[in-house]
Amino acid sequence: MSAANWRNAMNSGAGRAAMRARVSANGAGTLVAGDRALPPISIPTFWRHIGARHVVVILFALAYPWFATPFFTFQIGAQSLALGLIALSLTFLGGYGGMVSLAQITVAGIAGYGIAIFGAASAADATISLGWPWWVAVLISIVIATVCAAFIGWLSVRTEGIYTIMITLAVGVAFYYLCLQNYSVFNGFQGFQRVHAPTVLGVNLRDAMPFYYLALFWSLAGYFFVKYLLRAPFGIALQGIRDNPRRMNSLGFNVTAHRIAAYALAGVIAAVGGVLLVWYNGLIGPGSVGTSWIINILIIAVLGGMRHPIGPFLGAVVFVLLQTFAIDLIDRERFNLLIGAVFLVIVLFSPDGLLGWWAGLKSKFLTPRGGVR
Amino acid sequence: MRRTFVKTVVAAAVVAAFGGLAYAQQGKPVKIGLLATLEGPFAAGGADGMRGAELAIKERNGVVAGRKIELVKASSDAKPDVAVNATRKLVEQDKVDVMVGPLSGGEGIAVKEYSKTQPNITFINGSSGAQATTLVNPSPNFFRFNTEGAQWMVGLGKAALDKGYKRVMVIAEDYAFPYSQVQGFMSEYCRLGGKVPVKAWVPLGGKDYASVIARIPKDVDALVVVLGGADAVNFLNQYEAAGGDKPMVGGSITVSQDILNYKGKRRDSLVGTIAGSPIADSYDGADFKKFVAAYQKEYPVSSGAYPSPSLFALVYYINMKAALDGLELVKGDLSDGQKKYQAALAKMTLKTPVGDVKLDANRQAIGTTFITEVVKDKQGNLFNKVLRKVDGIDQMLGMKKEEFQMGSRDVPNCP
Amino acid sequence: MRKSWKIFWTLVIGLPLIAFVVWGLWDNTRLFVVTFLNGMTLASLYFIVAAGFTLVFGLMRNVNLAHGSLYLLGGYLGFLVAQHTGWFVLALAAGFAGAALVGLLMQVSVFRFMPGEDLRQTLVTIALSIIIADLLLWWLGGTVHQADAPELLSGPLRDIPLIKAYSKYRLALLPIGIAIGVALWLFLNRTRVGMMIRAGVDDRAMLSAAGVNVNVLFAVTFAIGAGLAGFGGVIGAVELSMAPGEDVRLLLASLIVVIIGGMGSVVGAALGASILGLAETYGLAYAPTYSVVFTFVILALVLAFRPRGFLGRPA
Repeated sequence: MSAANWRNAMNSGAGRAAMRARVSANGAGTLVAGDRALPPISIPTFWRHIGARHVVVILFALAYPWFATPFFTFQIGAQSLALGLIALSLTFLGGYGGMVSLAQITVAGIAGYGIAIFGAASAADATISLGWPWWVAVLISIVIATVCAAFIGWLSVRTEGIYTIMITLAVGVAFYYLCLQNYSVFNGFQGFQRVHAPTVLGVNLRDAMPFYYLALFWSLAGYFFVKYLLRAPFGIALQGIRDNPRRMNSLGFNVTAHRIAAYALAGVIAAVGGVLLVWYNGLIGPGSVGTSWIINILIIAVLGGMRHPIGPFLGAVVFVLLQTFAIDLIDRERFNLLIGAVFLVIVLFSPDGLLGWWAGLKSKFLTPRGGVR
Repeated sequence: MRRTFVKTVVAAAVVAAFGGLAYAQQGKPVKIGLLATLEGPFAAGGADGMRGAELAIKERNGVVAGRKIELVKASSDAKPDVAVNATRKLVEQDKVDVMVGPLSGGEGIAVKEYSKTQPNITFINGSSGAQATTLVNPSPNFFRFNTEGAQWMVGLGKAALDKGYKRVMVIAEDYAFPYSQVQGFMSEYCRLGGKVPVKAWVPLGGKDYASVIARIPKDVDALVVVLGGADAVNFLNQYEAAGGDKPMVGGSITVSQDILNYKGKRRDSLVGTIAGSPIADSYDGADFKKFVAAYQKEYPVSSGAYPSPSLFALVYYINMKAALDGLELVKGDLSDGQKKYQAALAKMTLKTPVGDVKLDANRQAIGTTFITEVVKDKQGNLFNKVLRKVDGIDQMLGMKKEEFQMGSRDVPNCP
Repeated sequence: MRKSWKIFWTLVIGLPLIAFVVWGLWDNTRLFVVTFLNGMTLASLYFIVAAGFTLVFGLMRNVNLAHGSLYLLGGYLGFLVAQHTGWFVLALAAGFAGAALVGLLMQVSVFRFMPGEDLRQTLVTIALSIIIADLLLWWLGGTVHQADAPELLSGPLRDIPLIKAYSKYRLALLPIGIAIGVALWLFLNRTRVGMMIRAGVDDRAMLSAAGVNVNVLFAVTFAIGAGLAGFGGVIGAVELSMAPGEDVRLLLASLIVVIIGGMGSVVGAALGASILGLAETYGLAYAPTYSVVFTFVILALVLAFRPRGFLGRPA
């Protein structure tokens, strides 16, 4: 999508304010003090921005396990949240940074493998796992994954936007082949089994409800983190770089450093999602980071819509529902055809995904005829 | 008088109620979940597996112990996480009573781990053949009525030496199932004096065997090729084109129907290959011939089936038959957390088209394998002729527990 | 980059390479030479497929991730034609034509309506690749399709000094690759259409302003690019066999070739294909579990020092 499309897609107040700031920028001073165009982020302002729809969604998400079956809580709810978190990192990079990175599941996979290698896991006959305490494994994995994300960013950012997809796809598939063919570290095709969520303070995180709340907590954390970031000077600058890197460069911003930092931050989000995902599956292998999942994460992000951080979670819910129940609707064998067709329809007719379709509906039915919205 | 009348009525009502309950249990369908890989590289094998399982159901006309059989199908693509998701849906959402599947080794280990979280559901294998599934951390409610990869190769080591192959090179795919196949072959072969100077583990899905072929030493007598599906076809093609002419010893998935049916002319080079396999097209046992006839009648070639059932069809048939025979034994009673059913499965002797199967302490089958040789019939089709039938193979392959080691890239070794 | 750094990096990369070559020749000459041949012949296949990819990418900035599916489609079509008619040349033509037709359809019915929306086009190609791959799986099943080499080229070429025997068909891939490369070069540099394509790679807007019917040019280019993928598919159906999953492998190879060689450059594609083919085959022969690491290290190095590839040009 061209820069104009993304710009138009940004209908949040912060986006418009940022645009105003950029348009009126006549020196580094105005933009660095970007908060002049934006109300500072403080608690009272934060409360003012919470609307009825936020409350409804959060209440629903909190109450969900109480009326849903354990299956729906675990396989639909928790899986959607974990996948949504990983797709959020893609939305952050792609929608707001203009860099569509297909290597987010790779970063998530690195974190997942880290948990398996540093923590307790079973690799059939081989003894690769170090068996360190779970919180050590989690911390180390997230740090390693973030560093790798920054490295992937460093490889990808010195070229223009469309190259990023190619490079990150190549990196992602190369990592898949590495996991597939290396035995000393990644245990090859078998991967790792019995990568279980720990029991913390007497609560077994493997159970459906506790795990769901864990995933919900981190999803909300990721969501609010992204929302905060987008309104902070860093996020504004990032969107400016997305729209016009040359201009931002001339204004004194280090475009490359900003982009790599964006990759690293997205990497943290993806890494947390990766930890959740490996605990959900209870296993990790090359199949978890291969081409099908690379494309699936992209489909989730595009399906939901890259215009708002809630998009990836929406997309994840729809995707997981389709994946789980497609076999009841059509031949499960043709699931790929179904998901490909859905993806094609979305990209052709509603490139902003479900959110865009919803916004289009709203404006069509809620705008008074002849009115200006 | 009235009291007697009331008592009789109450008694009759009670009897009717219980009878009704029993009838209700009797009438209530038993839900069986079936999982196979219908997507990806094993798609053809998965489709045949499902045919085999459905054949077992059709044999009983869709009813077992007075209860109708409701089959719920699911598909995976040989990825363990997809298999677990599909299984979880069948068990927790569709509420199946018995689960049959999955197809591939890695999936089997993952589904076995999941089965531990659902002790009141019985999980029976599909065709997954990794040793670790029942040898390492076995699950009390996961039953495997088919022999696994290593067991399938028992007897082949001796057959290779009988053919005069004193030194062989192993070319196999780099994952758990070929490790077990190679271990099953080499334990016997090395013990009887054979030598394996080189083992080439090729990455799964790799298509370019030129490098492996270049490494084949001049002084080996045969190549032990444990590749499946596309890889085996590919290898044979490239090997012959590179001027290779050494005979081959095949793994169980190398010379299965998948390969013998492939649509190229290169298959002629397969004639004379010996292999170890749980199925042999030309086996003339009466039960087996009945099974083949039933398969051919139910699934003509025009519907997309093979001329003769493949390994997947047979193995899925065996496991589904075990599920149904077990249900028959307990008269369809799956109450009390299925404990009676699982106990019956653990103790029963299953009659399969290729012999009897019993389970060992890890709920792994003790069964049969065939040593076969590839021949061409009058119509020009290739099939496996039976050289030898080996019965009563347990998972220790006849070795003592202390000397048994699960197959891996370096075990066993006899250069 | 300053001259001293250039010398430094050339030494760091060049010296170990030379050392490896010397060691390889001394250790097992036959293996080393055969592997070299294997690498170059594989590179030919990669070149044919990647050339189509780079053509489309270079001119239309369209990262056609359905390129692998076109390879698969061409391969299956060629296999069926060869099976029914027995003529390998017909199979090659069918593979080329079939894939070109589908490519043409894609450009004319979908991409034409999204001018300049590079990301959206790429997303569409991803969707199409999933759909095409599944349709092919539905139509032809998951069984392996192994096409036969033409009579002339089947079997080994014997009595070659040092390497004893080598596959005739595989050896033939070298001249085929070179022929296609030369033909493409002539097409791009000595014909009017080629000139327009080159101009378009340099400056799309200007080309349109100069009065060229850009839509027709794009359609022709996409058709040729797709056709090359299909042609490569028929060749691959013999050498590597056709099965689901091949599309992803060849797509990845094309990506790497174009990243290394540079966008829009046919010579770059030849260079990139050679590097990739050699790296893969030497890796498989000498260090099988690390072969992908070599490929990735090369990729990372190229991206680090020449992000546009060796012969790529700035947008």
